[in-house]
Amino acid sequence: MSEVVKFGRPKGFFETFERRPGSIKKNMSYCPGCGHGVLHKLIAEAIADFGIQDKTTLISPVGCSVFAYFYFDCFGLQVPHGRSAAAATGLTRANPESIVIGYQGDGDLAAIGFNAFIQAANRGENYCVFFVNNAIYGMTGGQMAPTSLLGQKTTTSPYGRNALTEGYPLKVCEMVSQLEAPVYVERVALTSPANILKARKAVRKAIKISMEKKGFAFVEVLSGCPVNLKLKPADMDKFIEENMTKYFPLGVFKDVADEREPVKRATPVYDRAKVEETLYRAMPGGNEAHESLESPLFDRELRVKIGGFGGQGVLSLGLILAAMGKYRNLNVSWLPSYGPEMRGGTANCAVILNKGAIGSPIVDSNCDLLVVLNRPSLDKYLPELGENGVLMYDSSTIKDAPKVKPGQKAIAISAGDIAEEFGNLKCANAVMLGAIGAVLTKYYLTPADAAKFQETAEAAIAECFAGKDKIVAMNAEACKLGYTKMQNAQS
Amino acid sequence: MSQVVKKKFRCHPEPNECKGCGRCVNACPKKLLKLGSALNIMGVPYAEYVGDGCIGCGACFYTCPEPGAITVFEITGEE
Repeated sequence: MSEVVKFGRPKGFFETFERRPGSIKKNMSYCPGCGHGVLHKLIAEAIADFGIQDKTTLISPVGCSVFAYFYFDCFGLQVPHGRSAAAATGLTRANPESIVIGYQGDGDLAAIGFNAFIQAANRGENYCVFFVNNAIYGMTGGQMAPTSLLGQKTTTSPYGRNALTEGYPLKVCEMVSQLEAPVYVERVALTSPANILKARKAVRKAIKISMEKKGFAFVEVLSGCPVNLKLKPADMDKFIEENMTKYFPLGVFKDVADEREPVKRATPVYDRAKVEETLYRAMPGGNEAHESLESPLFDRELRVKIGGFGGQGVLSLGLILAAMGKYRNLNVSWLPSYGPEMRGGTANCAVILNKGAIGSPIVDSNCDLLVVLNRPSLDKYLPELGENGVLMYDSSTIKDAPKVKPGQKAIAISAGDIAEEFGNLKCANAVMLGAIGAVLTKYYLTPADAAKFQETAEAAIAECFAGKDKIVAMNAEACKLGYTKMQNAQS
Repeated sequence: MSQVVKKKFRCHPEPNECKGCGRCVNACPKKLLKLGSALNIMGVPYAEYVGDGCIGCGACFYTCPEPGAITVFEITGEE
């Protein structure tokens, strides 16, 4: 007798599941009668039939199907709970040729990952999603899911789901089909052989759409969890067909795949030099034109903190200082911290300048330069000033000279008054910058570095206020003024 | 007049890959599968193909959640 296999173990699975612990290597880890196995088979059969295993990535979720990559003979990615859509977005954008399949359960997709999912659907990302809706949390032992039915008793809804306390079951297909971008949305059920064959068709269609790069395809699969619903397989199918499909009707909700052109996004760049060029803005005159500072001051990490109230230009002053460091080939960090209000609250920022690598951007001790523009900031941050640190304060708002420890310097500049005289109180921060320059020049910089201060400051100001020529010119002027005033005060 | 050749099939449930859920038993339109009383290596009673007359519809295969527990063969020659 000769015979051929008509239906047999799909080639999209590994022949034996070597990564599965224990001695059972031919079976998957699912409970008897679980819908995951049925859907896995449909997907495995499709990717083998279409010959796409070598360019397919199946993203397994958190949930019962967390080990899906044990089984499928294609690329596999296991992502944190709910992050399937984010990973799929990265995958398809970085490698448009790859075929990406998102496999998610109702907790993963409809609860923790719903925002990531619905945004990916709305962007029309080029991948397909199979959403297993079994109306319950399976892996964790039968808690209520977003898709649990009204009245359904679960371990966390022991009196039955109540719309007033737990809301209504989430109709994901209906929601996705209202979006503009998705091309194909269908709900199927893994119950009778007829319904399973419809599901098979839907699975194949969704994968085909991904192969044709037509955009986002979505198939919701009503699936059985006989263990947690405490039903025999036959009763499980009855529950799905009689109870679930009443609220989650089966059928095609949207199918515009034929009308849509393939989605084409920006071509990914793999060339290292080009990536660096895109990521790091070239500096005027080329990166080599800027040698590092030679003053011994910069041989160690310099930690700066600037405090004041929001609107005084506290954050911009920090940004300008950081940009200046950048223009002199230092590694820099700038960490702003401010209240919820844009103006009037307290604000501070930490700037670190270092020839070497910067470990943490936080400055809360051993501060080398503390710049304060109002009294509360002085009180708050003076304890953070390091042993030989320099405090610069705006004497137009801080009238009495602060007491500093021996070794520390306290230097006053009436930045607010000078700026007001200059014509714009908002330039107080630029006046302060100039004053910082004068102090650095007097105590810390070599003549060569000092000579470059103004030039570097102007380049940094131009970068920080790019596109606002008047403001750039005004701030550069105020910076010069602050420098001169401080120089005169020191001599 | 052309003669319609009736194709013949055989269903083979693999005892040690069956978890005994019984989905195939419910799915077979010809009622040719049943759960036996013997236990397999997993300790469950497994599905068995009883009698003959399989029509090769694949209902048992697609409804079975296990990858290779059910194979349906088409009989191509009688020897």
